[in-house]
Amino acid sequence: MKTKPVKKRAAAPRKPVQFWQLRLYVMDKSSRSITAFANLKEFCESHLKGRYHIKVIDLLKHPQLAKGDQILAIPTVVRQLPRPVRTIIGTLSDTENLLVGLDLRPAV
Amino acid sequence: MKNNGSKPISTKTLLPKCPTGIQGLDEITGGGLPRGRPTLVCGGAGCGKTLLAAEFLVRGAVEFGEPGVLMAFEETEKELKANVASLGFDLEGLVRRKKIVIDYVHIERSEVQESGEYDLEGLFVRLGHAIDSIGAKRVVLDTLEVLFASLPNEAILRSELRRLFRWLKERGVTAVITAERGRESLTRHGLEEYVSDCVILLDHRVNDQIATRHLRVVKYRGALHGTNEFPFLIGEEGISVLPITSLSLNHKVSAERIATGIPRLDAMLGGRGFFRGSSILLTGTPGTGKTIVSCNFAQAAARRGERVMFFSFEESPDQIIRNMHSIGLRLEPLVKRGLLRFHSARPSLYGLEMHLATMFKEITTFKPHVVIIDPITSLMGSGSDSEGKGMVTRLIDYLKAGQVTSLFTSLTEGGHALQQSEAAMSSLMDSWLLLQDYEGNGERNRVLYVLKARGMAHSNQIREFLISDRGVDLVDAYIGPSGVLTGSARAAQGALEKAALLASQQEAARRKRELERKREAIERQISGLRSDYESETMELRRVDEQVGTSALMLTTERTASGILRQADAKVVARAHTRSRSGNGKKNS
Repeated sequence: MKTKPVKKRAAAPRKPVQFWQLRLYVMDKSSRSITAFANLKEFCESHLKGRYHIKVIDLLKHPQLAKGDQILAIPTVVRQLPRPVRTIIGTLSDTENLLVGLDLRPAV
Repeated sequence: MKNNGSKPISTKTLLPKCPTGIQGLDEITGGGLPRGRPTLVCGGAGCGKTLLAAEFLVRGAVEFGEPGVLMAFEETEKELKANVASLGFDLEGLVRRKKIVIDYVHIERSEVQESGEYDLEGLFVRLGHAIDSIGAKRVVLDTLEVLFASLPNEAILRSELRRLFRWLKERGVTAVITAERGRESLTRHGLEEYVSDCVILLDHRVNDQIATRHLRVVKYRGALHGTNEFPFLIGEEGISVLPITSLSLNHKVSAERIATGIPRLDAMLGGRGFFRGSSILLTGTPGTGKTIVSCNFAQAAARRGERVMFFSFEESPDQIIRNMHSIGLRLEPLVKRGLLRFHSARPSLYGLEMHLATMFKEITTFKPHVVIIDPITSLMGSGSDSEGKGMVTRLIDYLKAGQVTSLFTSLTEGGHALQQSEAAMSSLMDSWLLLQDYEGNGERNRVLYVLKARGMAHSNQIREFLISDRGVDLVDAYIGPSGVLTGSARAAQGALEKAALLASQQEAARRKRELERKREAIERQISGLRSDYESETMELRRVDEQVGTSALMLTTERTASGILRQADAKVVARAHTRSRSGNGKKNS
């Protein structure tokens, strides 16, 4: 519940009606994938509540999809929208980097 | 090529090998790269890593029926296709026919943000998917090290690479990984740590303004391999590595002899000329007629209906043809009939190995019986000595394997060191002719000797080499108490001898005449005597006759006188005898 004001502060002044479309590339049952999904979910809930959509792609089932987004690392989050496309690799445990990577906060 | 012959042995007895199909590389490695293991190909920029890797894949797909995956980190699919198309590889078509999969992996560091832990499972998935989609047996990763620039976390990357190579081995694919040459290590990021089975180093050096590429097998675990540096080149048909020697000296030889086109020279070479398939060195100082001897040889061969390839590194074909007119050699009909082919190139046009490659190509397409290289020295001048010698060795090997007779001319400086300087090359040659200037008496004359001719009785004589508008001829140089005489001195000596001969002939004639005279005198005497003898005989006969006649006359006279005196004496005598037998009536 503490995160709500953060969301407003962070997202509201920039693009209030921007809808976020995210893709999370994972490998089936790896612990990193699970962690990443949990982290992403939590992050989105706190920063982009109500205006985000996460699509989880399991490369074990759809390996051909890895080529399209130039996936090398697992887990990888690709921000399809808003443009430009952004890629963040890792379990997303480093929130600072995640914010920078998603253009939510300028890099210091 | 040759590797096909040696392949079955090495695959059964040694490590299984995966033939690359790259000319020469399979020979050096004894059959190819280690099958089912990764091989590291490292080298500086522009030394042909990507091409080598691409050729490995293409040849695998085309010649050995092994599909392949090319994972490109540097060049896009389109760029790659265009690049290898220049070598005659139809990557596009192979991709369409599902023989090759190209996966371009691209990560822009600025677009990637790291957050927390990760692995490179995505890469594995992509590679695995690509391999499975066509059942690939070969994999190329070109250049993996780009990842070091794209991914910030080197520790993760290293552990993942280690895992990748292990994974590749488990998959049983033969992999080629290219890497940039490092300053002190083989690769910039130490990839050689992970790939321990086979490491090939490519190098591009400039010597005397001529660049040469080299290939060296640094390491090949579990297999014999050539450790030398081998020059290689990227030609129109891909890479060809040129092994210095084919490691074997077992070419078939022919006992057939071929004429040199100069009858007298044939006579010097045991009467029948050179052996077919032998290598002949023709050394000489400038202007001694090396090209002329070569052209004579070429013409003789072409007239027998053999194909002759003439590599000229000094003169253009037209110039050679024109110049040969002056000695009455007409080469252009042979060129027109397709029996004689010229190939002229400036030695400095490109590096030694490129020359060699073009020569190989010309030889394989034209399939000559005789190859002439005029001169080999200017070609060797474009590389270092050892390179040059290596090149000649390779060329001779190649020609001998195909039973092609080869004639190399070699330009030497004047002086005595020439034989020594040529010693290195001459050991490779079966026959060695030496053309030399002979100075003296205010003129230069050409002489020719046979320095060596393996396997045939050859003349030890020096011969004067004459060039006239009717062609070439060899004449005996005058060898006498005053040394070897050539040219006008030889002619003068000849004249002297002729004069002496004439004098002695005249003397003989004179004596003959005298004797004749004497004989005639005697004959005359004999006939005089004979006439004397005859007259004596006549005389004698006359005397005999006289005696006979006189005797007869005496008797007749006596009878006559008897008759005169007693004319009846006879009658009485007769009557006397008659009356004695009957009645003696008439007795007086």
